[in-house]
Amino acid sequence: MTKSKTIKPVSTQTTRRGALKTLALGGTAAATLPLWARYAGAQTAAPIKVGFQVHRTGIGAAYGRWYDRTTQAAAALINDQGGINGRPVEIVAEDDGTDPKRGAEVIEKFATQHNCDIGFGTLFSHVVIGSAPRAGELKLPYFVVSEGHHVASGMLNRYTLQPGITDVKSQVQAMAPFVASNLGKKVTMIFPDFAFGHDHRDFFTAAIEAQGGEVLEQIAIPPTETSFTKYFPKIPRDTEVIYHVMVGPAVLTFVKELGEFFGPQRPEIFGFIDSLEAVDIGSPGLEFLEGTYFWEGNPRYAQADQSPYDAFFREKVGVDSNGASVNDPKDVSTYAHMFGCWETLHIVKAGMEAAGYQTTADRAKLIEAVEAMTDLPHSNAHPQGAKVFNGKTHQVFGHQYISKVTDGKLLLVHTTSIEDTYYPDEVDYTTQPL
Amino acid sequence: MTADLRKIIGLHGAVLVILFAAQFFLPAYHHGNLARIMVLATYAMGYNLLFGYTGLLSLGHALFFAAGLYGMGLGMTQFGLGAGAAVVLGVVAGAGIGALIGALALRTEGVAFMIVTLMFAQAGYLIILYFGSYTRGDEGFVIQQADRLVAGLDLSDPTVRYFAALSIFYAAFVVLMWVLRSRFGHVLIAIRENEERAMMLGYDVQRYKWGAVVLSAGVSALAGAAYGVLFGYVGASFASVQYSIFPLLWVLLGGAGTMLGPLVGTIFMFYLIDLSSGVTTAYMLIAGIVLVCLTLFAPQGLMGELRNRFWRWLP
Repeated sequence: MTKSKTIKPVSTQTTRRGALKTLALGGTAAATLPLWARYAGAQTAAPIKVGFQVHRTGIGAAYGRWYDRTTQAAAALINDQGGINGRPVEIVAEDDGTDPKRGAEVIEKFATQHNCDIGFGTLFSHVVIGSAPRAGELKLPYFVVSEGHHVASGMLNRYTLQPGITDVKSQVQAMAPFVASNLGKKVTMIFPDFAFGHDHRDFFTAAIEAQGGEVLEQIAIPPTETSFTKYFPKIPRDTEVIYHVMVGPAVLTFVKELGEFFGPQRPEIFGFIDSLEAVDIGSPGLEFLEGTYFWEGNPRYAQADQSPYDAFFREKVGVDSNGASVNDPKDVSTYAHMFGCWETLHIVKAGMEAAGYQTTADRAKLIEAVEAMTDLPHSNAHPQGAKVFNGKTHQVFGHQYISKVTDGKLLLVHTTSIEDTYYPDEVDYTTQPL
Repeated sequence: MTADLRKIIGLHGAVLVILFAAQFFLPAYHHGNLARIMVLATYAMGYNLLFGYTGLLSLGHALFFAAGLYGMGLGMTQFGLGAGAAVVLGVVAGAGIGALIGALALRTEGVAFMIVTLMFAQAGYLIILYFGSYTRGDEGFVIQQADRLVAGLDLSDPTVRYFAALSIFYAAFVVLMWVLRSRFGHVLIAIRENEERAMMLGYDVQRYKWGAVVLSAGVSALAGAAYGVLFGYVGASFASVQYSIFPLLWVLLGGAGTMLGPLVGTIFMFYLIDLSSGVTTAYMLIAGIVLVCLTLFAPQGLMGELRNRFWRWLP
């Protein structure tokens, strides 16, 4: 017995439904062409993974929020421009809790679990110092945005670089010529009694003495202090300038009590904006700051002679002319620091393109390519200003800004030269093996 | 050998064998995590001796961990010691501080003991900040990779680090197990169960408690010194109050008064944070809810519940 086999006729005719399906698929492909065609030249279309060590919780959360926004904006821009070496950039964010132990764990996670190409974006110095040894051991290029002197001091390793933001030593010493020439030569310093404050104490004392000035008194405030009035009688009567770098939530109390202590007869006052990052200068209690001076890494308020690059940066990140979010005027940014994330990601892009970076096996080439960089011109990639990168110390140098509080806003009054920020090299990382 | 002893040796031996074997099959990320966990579990074991077996609730153990960490770190950076000698210095520093703090804090008891130990730890934290020119204050400092060598072995190498962490965990585990099965350990447990009765039986309770503080501080300092030399960083955050709370949490979660509780609690807490942080930025909320649930439904901790329900013989 044989079985008959029914063969269905195969239609070769184009049906209306089939044509519509084909057209729909083709249309979708055509519509998304700009999205994928720009990555088509790469050997692989897999994304470049940037492990973003972000302070989402802990003491650095306010900075972390704005570092995150800036990083996402920079990555979006780089992807709109075709990515890096034809590959899209993917930000892999992990919260480090602003804690060095967790920071080191996050670096391990980037390197061994997410298989990230680089680690990036850490701000707080103790997290950087706690994480950098693991980055070096895992040979994960670690691009920090910390402004700490730890990179250029030689404490870390060849895999840790700071190409997007200047360090505290160069910032502080560049302030001394302006302070000595315009505000006074007899200075009293008020600073928190921990490493950040000690850096200011040591670097500024040396710098002002080099300008013919002197520090009359160094007043260290314990980190747990909540009231400051009892320290103010230590300020010598012949003080011409008070230099302050208080940070943390107690800064509002500090300013208020300083105002109550001096009243209208006060010496000149110079501070670092770190104290008031993410804080509205118009906040109640800060009226006393009117007429005082601040270092700014990048002017928070758009100035009359604002560069087109700064305007571009503000627009892309979503910051208004007062340095606040365009969506919420009360959400003040950390404008003096967050440009560092933007500029660092552009350095990574330039470095990877110069190195022909394709896989994690090319990490050493990336380090060498970044070390070879020198002049970084003022541009959309470097909206804060022109910079010079020192490949030996892995530290970038750039202009610093001094602003005066005028009518409740920060008005730029002085821009330092890049040369003002130089100091002798303390390390040559290029001698370390990769 | 009794049947219970065979079970005890079987279970704990199996755990130690698994820890040894794990390095051969764990992926790189978890391999590194387990090395870190074993060091932290050693810290928790030191804490467990005082809290779980002696009944003394300290809120200042970060001081002992940090004493080991800084004793080791400063020994290398200030006195030029090698890694091995520096670790020994760290342990001696921790045990010495434990002896001093114990002599003073044991004049109090209960809530007062908790507060006094907390205050000593806070003082230690501020001392680290005060001597910033040596300690680099809150920033801390790096132990360079080239200096992290013991007998020619590079402690930054993943395999060597794992073995070093395993050795430290083994050493602390075996010593504490031996201590707890000794007459000294039995007296500590007697103090925990009924201090007045132990006194009435003629034991010098204060001397035994002081001995427990010194041993607990020494083991905690060993963990601190090992952490610094294995992971290359010495920082003041390890002396902060949260690092006094962590071992309490690990021990409570794993089971106070059990030998395996500290390891189980440390693994549980580590991965609870690690996994939940990948799901939401509110991972501490998840951790908090889980901790509340565990406290409500497993008040003896994970190993403590196992002992209550199934394994009565569990030490």
